[in-house]
Amino acid sequence: MNSLMTLEHINMRFQKGGFFSKDRSVHVLKDIDLTIGEGEILALVGESGCGKTTLGKIITGLYVPTEGQIALQGESGETIKRKKRPLSFLQVQFIQQDSYAALNPVRTIYQSLYAPIRMHNPKWSKKQIDTKIDELMTLIGLQPAAQFLSKYPHQLSGGQRQRILMARAISLDPKLIVADEPVSMIDVSLRLSLLNLMSELNERLGIAFVYITHDLSTARYIARRGRLAVMYLGEIMEEGAMDVVLSHPRHPYTRALLKAVPVPDPDARSDEKLPLKSMELSGIEDRGEGCPFAPRCPYMTEQCERPVDYVVTEGVRIKCRNLEEVERLNAARPEGTDE
Amino acid sequence: MSEKQSVRSDPNGGKWGDFLSRAGSTFAALGRTIKNAFVKLFSNGQACAGFCIIIFFILLAIFGPMIFPYDVTTNFSMRFLPPSWEHPFGTDEMGRDIFRQLISGTSNVLQIAFYTGLITVAVGTLLGIISGYIGGIVDKVIQGLANIVLTIPSFPVFLMLAALFTIESPIELALALSAWSWAGLCRSVRAQVMSFRERDFIQICAVMRMSKFHIIVKELFPNIISYVLINFIVAVRNAITGSVGIMMLGLAAYDPTNWGSMLERARNIGLVNPKVIPLLLAPLLAIMVFQIGTVLLSNGMDEIMNPRLRVN
Amino acid sequence: MVENQIVQPHENIVEIEHAVIDYPLRRYTIRAVTDVSLSLKRGAITALVGESGSGKTTLASSLLRCISEPGILSGGEVRFYPAEGAPVEVLKLSPREIDRFRWEKVSMVFQAAQSALNPVYTVRAQFEETVREHGMKWSRERIEQKMREVFDYVKLDYDRVARCYPHELSGGMKQRVMIAFSLLLDPELIILDEPTTALDVITQDYIFSILKRINREKGISMLLMTHDIGIVAKFADYVGVLYAGRLMEFGSVFDVFRERRHPYTKGLIRATPSLIGDLEALKPIGGSPPDLRNLPQGCVFSPRCPYCTDACREREPDTAVQGGRCIKCIHGFEEYE
Repeated sequence: MNSLMTLEHINMRFQKGGFFSKDRSVHVLKDIDLTIGEGEILALVGESGCGKTTLGKIITGLYVPTEGQIALQGESGETIKRKKRPLSFLQVQFIQQDSYAALNPVRTIYQSLYAPIRMHNPKWSKKQIDTKIDELMTLIGLQPAAQFLSKYPHQLSGGQRQRILMARAISLDPKLIVADEPVSMIDVSLRLSLLNLMSELNERLGIAFVYITHDLSTARYIARRGRLAVMYLGEIMEEGAMDVVLSHPRHPYTRALLKAVPVPDPDARSDEKLPLKSMELSGIEDRGEGCPFAPRCPYMTEQCERPVDYVVTEGVRIKCRNLEEVERLNAARPEGTDE
Repeated sequence: MSEKQSVRSDPNGGKWGDFLSRAGSTFAALGRTIKNAFVKLFSNGQACAGFCIIIFFILLAIFGPMIFPYDVTTNFSMRFLPPSWEHPFGTDEMGRDIFRQLISGTSNVLQIAFYTGLITVAVGTLLGIISGYIGGIVDKVIQGLANIVLTIPSFPVFLMLAALFTIESPIELALALSAWSWAGLCRSVRAQVMSFRERDFIQICAVMRMSKFHIIVKELFPNIISYVLINFIVAVRNAITGSVGIMMLGLAAYDPTNWGSMLERARNIGLVNPKVIPLLLAPLLAIMVFQIGTVLLSNGMDEIMNPRLRVN
Repeated sequence: MVENQIVQPHENIVEIEHAVIDYPLRRYTIRAVTDVSLSLKRGAITALVGESGSGKTTLASSLLRCISEPGILSGGEVRFYPAEGAPVEVLKLSPREIDRFRWEKVSMVFQAAQSALNPVYTVRAQFEETVREHGMKWSRERIEQKMREVFDYVKLDYDRVARCYPHELSGGMKQRVMIAFSLLLDPELIILDEPTTALDVITQDYIFSILKRINREKGISMLLMTHDIGIVAKFADYVGVLYAGRLMEFGSVFDVFRERRHPYTKGLIRATPSLIGDLEALKPIGGSPPDLRNLPQGCVFSPRCPYCTDACREREPDTAVQGGRCIKCIHGFEEYE
């Protein structure tokens, strides 16, 4: 697989504190290295506040990282100012979580779809654009198109609006779409069909997806042949092929996260406690040099307060010092991973 | 900006066709919007009543003088007549009919109010949008200016402006009145724009590389248009009070039938004189009814357009 | 009659019979809940699953008689069986009685814990206020003692949290404060409205382990509203499935999940991605969610149902009951696949 986008050493600090208080910067992303391959699906999973949405906005260019390099197909995105991003970065598009907020409430669906195509295809006639919009509507499965195009966002259901967002995102023929929790506000019975639609766009159009979510179950569904990156307090803790990570989670945080996900089968119930030392999420402000998960980690040792590097096994990279120890302790307790 | 260029660069000569069809669809959309606005307007009792009152005054200003022409000739034998069928509001100190004076002054009062509203809203909205969307140094300069204007009380400034320049037409008076009234609107429009700037549908425009022109004109402006309209009515309301005040103080005495001028004459004769009561009350009554109309309309529109107040 | 007979509390804590809840709007009336009969077992955790617009929140609010405006309960009965004393007809309580009934008998944990706490008061002040509003003449020491007890249940450090303002707490802590708050007056039933929707999985798991402990140790019954099938499977004892304001299926969680009967429940379980199991077996439910203003003729699920017959489109099916489980489907308990 050829790499499509590479993120190197991305750091993001937000300035906090106002006029009178002392300036403090919050380090929300720390040393993120990530490669997104052509046509692949990467699931970015983590709890709220782990920086996954910030990372998504950096990929789409809405935020400029404090440090680091972004390159799309070898072409560097000058990160100092968004304006300077080369136009090729139009190939990176964004699907937001709240489909109602993502569409202008006073513009019809047609207007919302028409404007971007018009802007970037100035030579097209209206008819060409209309044909394109028709194709998009067929692709996303809203038929007959005319019935939806004349409507305003509030006249559509959440699932339909989310489909419109997908149509808008693919209207500029992107190579990569960042989807930020696209189904979390959608009814359960419709989620699957939307995820299927995304898989279909991925397969038919070869569009790579970065699927940002806190829900591991949907991440597993959409990125079953893709990759999973687990984030915690601004760092990628574990990253590798989805099936490998899920069948054998190595990082203590990934282990806890997988245990916490409820399984829709009462026979799989267990009253087992999560392998965590503390349930409280430690603040992002007061983390030190070392592993951000250390304060909650049951396997923590003194070394964990020093900076950690990735360990790579079976194509999975893990940011943990005590992997062997964790492995040994878990093997000793025969509870098995979730199979 | 680049939208214009895009039209020009079309080599197939389809430029006009495309332009017309786009204009056509814009007009159709505008027509729909206006029709919807009226349907909504009449579904709200307050707004409907306010609208009717204002329409009544507009009609009065246009057709009133034709039906009840105002005769300026003085007739001292008819001074200070009490109200009667012939003179519904009585006569003034020179024997002229007050009712007809009032009607003849309506047009002037409304013109001043309308122009003031227009200038205030145009300047305030434009600066507000620029300030809120572009930000940075432009924002700082505009807001600095607006803050200066807001901290200096407006009425003395009206008085000073009116004294410095001889005011002889509604437009000039409107300019003097709007000079100090745009700042408040500018600040509130800026606040609105800034809240919209963080909204998802504006952010996605940046990802899709839409032009600033498109974002401001097509995405932002339609969202604040109702807010601007309500503020237009508020500006009109303030302009009436302001202009009548200036007129009453005799600072822009170019039209003797203006309601403010009528009040000024009543004041000159002496407000304790019971004979001037009709001359005093008639313009006050007219102002009051018109203000009630604007209050009803703006409140009603607020109810229609503000989803939080919207019933059902 | 034997005088010293120990009266066993009724096996149900709440019985809702034929509840109908309408929202009269200007042009039309929306029927949010249609003829729902439901019994909550004492000491059990009953879950109500449904998508948005299924009427689960509306139905639960009817227990506290706090259906949001302009909704009204146009029919049915709601009966509450306290552990001691005569059953309470909730709908016939006077406004004063209902005020006491809320929180002392039945309390609620809302979805938006963030906004349920008043931002300008400390946690302690809000607890004290509630005690006072319910006419309890507790001393400060007694309140503190009670607060320490309930804080202990939700694993919050009283000395640290009680004097905090809501904005100083994280989302998970706020939700735990809300749970502690609901325990304050020792209710017999707690209604949980999507208690973990805005929270992360780890926090969610933690909160449910706390709730489960409260349920086991204090014997408090719980009614949980959720849209998450996974939570139901992990946490609840009984489950009711709502669709377009109708109770489509009710039964013990194990029965419902093991012997899947109702096509909607079946579809819902099959449409829920999970960390285990075959991904290819997952299948979305076709069609779109029901529009309450324009419901289909016959069974409300018929347009989306793969087992729909002509009879389904004609007449709304009756509810078939068999050993504590009920199904509102024409196929009832027969095999039809």
